[in-house]
Amino acid sequence: MAERKDIEIDFGRIEAQRTRLNLGPQHPSTHGVLRLEVELDGEIVTEVVPHIGYLHRCFEKYAENKTYPQVIPYIDRLDYITSMSNEIPYVLGIEKMMGIKVSEKVEAIRTILAELNRIASHQIAVATFGMDAGAFTPFLFFFRDRESILDIFEKLSGARLLYNYIRIGGLMNDLYPSFKNDVLDVINVIRKTNAEVMDLLIDNKIFIERTINIGVLPADVAISFGCSGPVLRGSGVPFDLRRDEPYLNYDKFDFEVCVGKGEMGTLGDSYDRNIVRYHEMEESCRIIEQALKILPDASEDVRSAMPKKVAPKGEIYAKAENPKGELGFYIVGDGKNKPARIKSRSACFVNLSALPAISQGSMIADLILILGSVDIVLGEVDR
Amino acid sequence: MKSNEIFERLIAEFPEDIISLNEDENSESFIYVNPRNIVEIMLFLRDENDLFFDYLSCLSGVDSKENLTVVYNLYSIQLKHRITIKADIPKENPSIATVEKVWLTADWHEREAWDLIGIKFEGHHNLIRILNPYDWEGHPLQKDYKTPEYYHGMRVPV
Amino acid sequence: MESNIILQLFGDNIWSYLIIVAIPLVFVIIYALVAILGELKVASWVQDRLGPMRTGWKGVIQPIAEVVKLLQKEDITPKNVNKPLFNTAPFVMFVGSFAAFAVIPFSSKFIPADLNVGLFYVFAVSSFAVIGILMGGWSSNNKYSMLGGIRSAAQMISYEIPMALSILAIAALSQSLNMNTIIELQNGGFWNWNIFGGSGPWYKLLFLPFTLILFLIYFIGSLAETNRTPFDIPEGESEIVAGYHTEYSGMKFAMFFFAEYANMFVVSALVTIMFFGGWQSPFGDFLNDPIMQIVWFLLKSMFFVFVQIWLRWTLPRVRVDQLMYITWKVMLPFAFIAFLGIATWAMLKP
Repeated sequence: MAERKDIEIDFGRIEAQRTRLNLGPQHPSTHGVLRLEVELDGEIVTEVVPHIGYLHRCFEKYAENKTYPQVIPYIDRLDYITSMSNEIPYVLGIEKMMGIKVSEKVEAIRTILAELNRIASHQIAVATFGMDAGAFTPFLFFFRDRESILDIFEKLSGARLLYNYIRIGGLMNDLYPSFKNDVLDVINVIRKTNAEVMDLLIDNKIFIERTINIGVLPADVAISFGCSGPVLRGSGVPFDLRRDEPYLNYDKFDFEVCVGKGEMGTLGDSYDRNIVRYHEMEESCRIIEQALKILPDASEDVRSAMPKKVAPKGEIYAKAENPKGELGFYIVGDGKNKPARIKSRSACFVNLSALPAISQGSMIADLILILGSVDIVLGEVDR
Repeated sequence: MKSNEIFERLIAEFPEDIISLNEDENSESFIYVNPRNIVEIMLFLRDENDLFFDYLSCLSGVDSKENLTVVYNLYSIQLKHRITIKADIPKENPSIATVEKVWLTADWHEREAWDLIGIKFEGHHNLIRILNPYDWEGHPLQKDYKTPEYYHGMRVPV
Repeated sequence: MESNIILQLFGDNIWSYLIIVAIPLVFVIIYALVAILGELKVASWVQDRLGPMRTGWKGVIQPIAEVVKLLQKEDITPKNVNKPLFNTAPFVMFVGSFAAFAVIPFSSKFIPADLNVGLFYVFAVSSFAVIGILMGGWSSNNKYSMLGGIRSAAQMISYEIPMALSILAIAALSQSLNMNTIIELQNGGFWNWNIFGGSGPWYKLLFLPFTLILFLIYFIGSLAETNRTPFDIPEGESEIVAGYHTEYSGMKFAMFFFAEYANMFVVSALVTIMFFGGWQSPFGDFLNDPIMQIVWFLLKSMFFVFVQIWLRWTLPRVRVDQLMYITWKVMLPFAFIAFLGIATWAMLKP
């Protein structure tokens, strides 16, 4: 019998190497010029480092060199798809500092416009989220309807994207005659499309499987990250400035604060964030209907409360519930006609900071979806 | 909880570090604190059951001519009250302890304050520029900032 | 010989073979133009818009404009690519899909090459596409291309297994791998198509679930094989930009594009041949002369091309792990069961 021996063969070694991939700044689905430096282990994302600032337009520096009313057009350009809503916290802040009271009609108009803009923004958010998942058709459905909202804004302000309509102490001009009917028509169309998109996309098995259990953001982490808007509500925290710190005339309306319920997967996953946006569109429709009822018919001078000279003194942190979350302006006025300092606390900037924490260990395809579910606009991230 | 009650609570806990309460009808009510013990104060504000400031709305750096100011806008999601904390730091040595361990969101806010105002947050794990290019010089929102004429040979438009 | 009208008309010489080769090529070019227009128009129909309207009547010559545009584009070869592989990859891929046309019977009187292992041959040459995609993905020296290439290789190889099982079941049912034999066995109206278990007494309907499962498995697998939505992860434009053809431009990109459309037709033609009677008229001998057979065959195949386009504009995309889950844990067991069912029927069949 032959003696047993250990056989040694060198089979070679395959070393697993991690890849560093630069996702962006030019990439179809980083929603603008965001650069994500991603470390990959195969398809698995092991590290995400966002690099922002490619769209930095020095808003805060410019604001210090402009008079208070001149800042409003710059604010439009922060989150360029929710320009109407952006103007509201700034205007409310200055009005509070100067003690200006606006009429009931102006408040109602501001509410309606803010809610219409919220619908427009959520339409883009849900649409692009679907597109990130590979469904192109709902995107076009939503864009078709968003056009009719933009048409209303165009008739009001002359601009389709950057309105400069809400002014300190009033509005640019009064409503046009058929405004009420236009808005009611738009609401009908929106409800119809939403039902259609529910069937086509949100209830789709593939879409649900793709979006559940990815990017899970637990409630306490979300609060610690300072997330707001649908990102925080998707984690099940019923925090909505419209209800918790009512501004304009939101305390008069009956609406629900939609929160994620984790009905399909884990609470706080991408599906929840998306479904919160979807349901919020319906709530916005309800608010608009109620606001249209209390909107006074008689035409009045919406510019009557506008101050001749805007030179507030003091400091204020004005905030409002924007479609993306809490948009705040920390305004320091020193009695001159130019602000001493304006710091904008943008919801997208803060929400994006949670991305590295929630996307680790997911796949590349998931990373894109998680980013889509956070819904950022780089104009507001970079300011 | 009203801001004066919060002030009472704070002054009882940190008698030496709390400087003043400023209340004005048309302005934010804020509490001046000494930057020395900022982390302890913030932890106290966050963890006490009747204060419960779990949400850092905003962290801003302000150049108020004589010195730099760090402004913390706090909010409590559960109790729905708000307060603003301010800490003045000298321009010669603009440094303050980081609060990123207290609220995770402070990470990026502090990077932004460092980038634009030049406030150093001691103990921050990754205090690099965030909005400006990584090799930008100076802190643009300081009042005595001069815009450079050239950046990498490109003319900076004014 | 008798199955090829060209050889009968012009005799067995080199010119007739050139004609035989040229016919599918011309067909593919015309078909690709039609399919591009179909894609544009179906997309616009699904999405509630008009689609191209300016080029010709209702935009019918839009595909020609697109091809001219692609021809005019600069043919970029990036600096750091592996040039030989980079330049051959699109052609390898096109060869793979065009070679399959050799055994596709357009009518009982025209099949370019009447191989007795036709079905097997199609299956073998369509694997060529994997090589083309891997070559393109790897040689581009781009991380997105690399990811796309690897995803594609994994996907196509996995999906071939359940597809092979459904082909095997059809082979068992018709006792042949020859395309024309498979089709001829399905004569006598739509009632005798393989989707209804082939010709046989009424109790063949008991095996209908198995044939339906096989048909679905084959069709889903062919979607993955051609990289169409919901399985278009190798080129998933929202994740990895354009996958393996990120770096391609101009005519080389057009070749990939062309190969994808040709592949779409090949798999649709195979579905038609295997399950829906190929060139057989659905009404037995009514309208079943060789010319009408071409029409029936094209109608049936184009219907499945349409379904592929329709699905593309309706469904979102699945993820890599879900894709693998579907093939290995869902389709493969079902394919085995259905194969056993069909094999039983093939045994019982009088």
